[in-house]
Amino acid sequence: MTVAARFAAGRLPRTVHPGAWWLWALGLATAASRTTNPLLLALILAVAGYVVANRRSDAPWALAFRMYLFLGLFIIMMRVLFRILFGAGAASGHVLLDLPELPLPAWAAGIHLFGPVVLEHVLGGFYDGLRLATMIVCLGAANALASPKRMLKAVPAALYEVGAAVVVALSVAPQLVESVQRVRRARRLRGGAQRGMRALRSIAIPVLQDALDRSLALAAAMDSRGYGRNRHLPRSIRLLTGMLTLVGLIGVCVGVYALLDGSAPRYLGATMLPGGIVIAGIGFVLTGRRIDRSVYLPDRWRSAEFAVAGCGVGAGALVHLTSRIDAGNLYPSLSPLAWPELAPLPVLALVVGVLPAWLAPPPLPDTPRFGATAPVPVPSVQPGPAPRPAATGSAGKERSVR
Amino acid sequence: MIRFRDVTITYADARAPALRNVELTIPEGELCLVVGRTGAGKSTLLGAINGLVPHFTGGTLRGSVLVDGVDTRTQPPREFAHLVGVVGQDPLAGFVTDTVEEELAYGMEQLAIPSTVMRKRVEETLDLLGIAELRHRPLRTLSGGQQQRVAIGSVLTAHPRVLVLDEPTSALDPTAAEDVLAAITRLVHDLGITAIVAEHRMERVVQYADRLVHLPGDHTVRDGPPAEILATCDIAPPVVELGRLAGWSPLPLSVRDARRLAPPLRERLADRTPPEARAAVRAAGPLLSARRIIVRYGDVIAVRGLDLDLFPGRVTALMGRNGSGKSSLLWALQGSGPRQGGTVDVAGEDPGKAAPHRARGLVGLVPQSSGDLLYLETVDAECAQADRESEVEQGSCRALLNRIAPGIDGALHPRDVSEGQRLALVLAIQLVAAPRVVLLDEPTCGLDYHAKRRFVRVVRELADAGGTVVLATHDVEFVAQVADRVVVMAEGDIVADGPTPDVVVSSPAFAPQVAKILAPLPWLTVADVAAALDPGPEPGRRPEPGTGPGPSPSSGAGPSPGSGTGPSPGLDPQADPDPTPQAGPLPAPTHPREQEATR
Repeated sequence: MTVAARFAAGRLPRTVHPGAWWLWALGLATAASRTTNPLLLALILAVAGYVVANRRSDAPWALAFRMYLFLGLFIIMMRVLFRILFGAGAASGHVLLDLPELPLPAWAAGIHLFGPVVLEHVLGGFYDGLRLATMIVCLGAANALASPKRMLKAVPAALYEVGAAVVVALSVAPQLVESVQRVRRARRLRGGAQRGMRALRSIAIPVLQDALDRSLALAAAMDSRGYGRNRHLPRSIRLLTGMLTLVGLIGVCVGVYALLDGSAPRYLGATMLPGGIVIAGIGFVLTGRRIDRSVYLPDRWRSAEFAVAGCGVGAGALVHLTSRIDAGNLYPSLSPLAWPELAPLPVLALVVGVLPAWLAPPPLPDTPRFGATAPVPVPSVQPGPAPRPAATGSAGKERSVR
Repeated sequence: MIRFRDVTITYADARAPALRNVELTIPEGELCLVVGRTGAGKSTLLGAINGLVPHFTGGTLRGSVLVDGVDTRTQPPREFAHLVGVVGQDPLAGFVTDTVEEELAYGMEQLAIPSTVMRKRVEETLDLLGIAELRHRPLRTLSGGQQQRVAIGSVLTAHPRVLVLDEPTSALDPTAAEDVLAAITRLVHDLGITAIVAEHRMERVVQYADRLVHLPGDHTVRDGPPAEILATCDIAPPVVELGRLAGWSPLPLSVRDARRLAPPLRERLADRTPPEARAAVRAAGPLLSARRIIVRYGDVIAVRGLDLDLFPGRVTALMGRNGSGKSSLLWALQGSGPRQGGTVDVAGEDPGKAAPHRARGLVGLVPQSSGDLLYLETVDAECAQADRESEVEQGSCRALLNRIAPGIDGALHPRDVSEGQRLALVLAIQLVAAPRVVLLDEPTCGLDYHAKRRFVRVVRELADAGGTVVLATHDVEFVAQVADRVVVMAEGDIVADGPTPDVVVSSPAFAPQVAKILAPLPWLTVADVAAALDPGPEPGRRPEPGTGPGPSPSSGAGPSPGSGTGPSPGLDPQADPDPTPQAGPLPAPTHPREQEATR
């Protein structure tokens, strides 16, 4: 195959491995965690937003990105609001608004309510909030680009049971909502006169009975379709693998925390993360070897996945590098107040971060999801969708090439 | 293929076994239909085939069940996944994933079938069941028939030798049921799969069955060729009842067989007229009149600005495929559901604008999932609560329930009574508020022939007492027995509206079996034919007044409709100048007792 043909095949619409998107997003989030520079953070937000707009599908989870944006906005507003509310006690600075300080009783000494609003103080809150909001939006981007359920499919075989439980739990939530709506409507048929606990009971009991019936039916269906076949582990092995997995995962958590938190000792991240990964990996392999099941259309890790993940990790690493070389412009000075500046290295990092918008293959166009009765969410406008039948056909071909 | 050897199954806290000394052999490649009344042990029998009973449900099993030579007692149900495919009553409740393609692959993933084989089997199964165009669709957005076919497909991908289906068509409209049955027969005939199907609506399946397993209700099992079992069976589809009536031999099981035997019967009936449909005669002014009703969910229009008048003394059947807007219309008429436009007028009031308590006195609605209305621990507690809610004398609801369905133990939990009894309980709860308009959404789903026959009587008496009843249903035989008028909906609009015979006789989907056999003669039910062939003393066969259901006289103290004539059913005849007085010589379209008498 020529390079051109290979490239063309890589450009066909398909779903990208969810792990690649998550690595990319974590890389961006790491970059965001290393700076309070609002210009840089705004650029990171723009990068995440642009990639999402370019590469997300029509699926319901992809539409949740907006929710993350609202959550980010909420975080920033809360941070600023709290700085204003409990603002006094800040050192001197540019006073924006001289609110009188509310006197508090002696037991609340140390807490100041209102008082002069100092620009430096509020700005500090804004920078902090923006950093946290950006990290959350990065994770939201991963959620919008990669189906959470496909992610669960990619988990190691050892975690399959946990994954299955999560999948079932995820599908229960919308069913519960539906059931509550149905029962509430039915309550009106009986007059719906009760209030308080009685009303709660008259809704909760049919809903819970319904949920219980459904879960029993689901359990019976899963059992008769072979769920949990060929999983006969001796107790000692089960304990050992459980311990290994747990210890390993704790190590990974501590390691990731140490890596993201700039103030933690460097050796902590450097030892705990790889150590945890190795221990958990051994646990997974030991358990996974005993489990005999296969995966339908597994997501493959191919060049596009390497590119996407690489871009994210690269962006994170470049910002990290900047913090070692020239940390000044990553943390704009508040006293004295100075305009934030953009240095070339972090900007280069973000240019790398935005590349997946073109490097990743486009998502599969969504097939019409019109049911007979179900209300259908308004499909969002996708830039330049290919004609649907043709696209599905090519996707099929592309898969058989594998 | 399947052998039951002296099987007795007893559930954990049951006094008597659910099945006793069952001897049954089902050879390979047969389509076996399991019939019996509610609670006769059909589900237990089906569950025992892959070991869900007793491994999953609990209980004890004596004797042995062998599937392809493997004893179910030695292995849990999951080890039978490659051998037995089970499709439950509600396909949606059994789905594990959320798109069609993933659902088809799920079972194979559990069996560790290689990825390449999975791809091939998924494609084959999509084609086999005609669901290829649905492959990426989320399961929740599929129609009932599509869901059922996906559920069958999802167990077929494991290439089982046995397929077990519990009520595969009970929630489906006639056309969707045909699709599902066509898929099943194709599997049996082309692939040699052994299929075991339990179904209340025998008329849909019996013609395809090679063997009939009948559970008479005494925990035993009889099996044999369908014609042989049906000759003496207490439940039978209309085609068989007509065959028995006319003395045809061999007993026909399909419309085709019956039609070939029918010419002499058609000749005998040629000079007799079937009972006149009552909707032809306009009664007094409408009890409910709806104008330009619009219901929409987002940009999906469920009801498209339709007009509907409901007259006293009439039973109206609302038919149409799944999703044609029937339920939305009923909820909008009752006022508890959404309504984006139009007016509803019941005795000068709009139930949609009235308080829930008042709306309930104007229009009563029994929803499809009637269990949603019940939340107390015992039947008696539910009745007492209903009395309080409707502000009527204590005991009214229980008295009403006793008239609809006598002999329900009041200490039972509402979930523990049979489907028919639960329907009766919900109906009593709704009727105690004395509405003159009663709407029933899919009331016959899950009812056996006996329960349906009792329910026909209840509905008929409600209408005879001066009320009006609307039934949204797919059950054409039930409609033929009870309805005066049929309204067919499609895409939220009314496409046909008229007296039952006019609408259903010529319709390929909605015609009852008797109409198909005797066409072009407009006969609808076996009871009509029986009455015409052997005209007995007409008045003596009417149900005694006063035994009917309906609000008790004490409830007349409640809100009474504007006409002033309170709903006092069965006790005094209509005071208004109704051209069809109920005690008159009007031939009842159907008659449960006559049907029973024909045997």
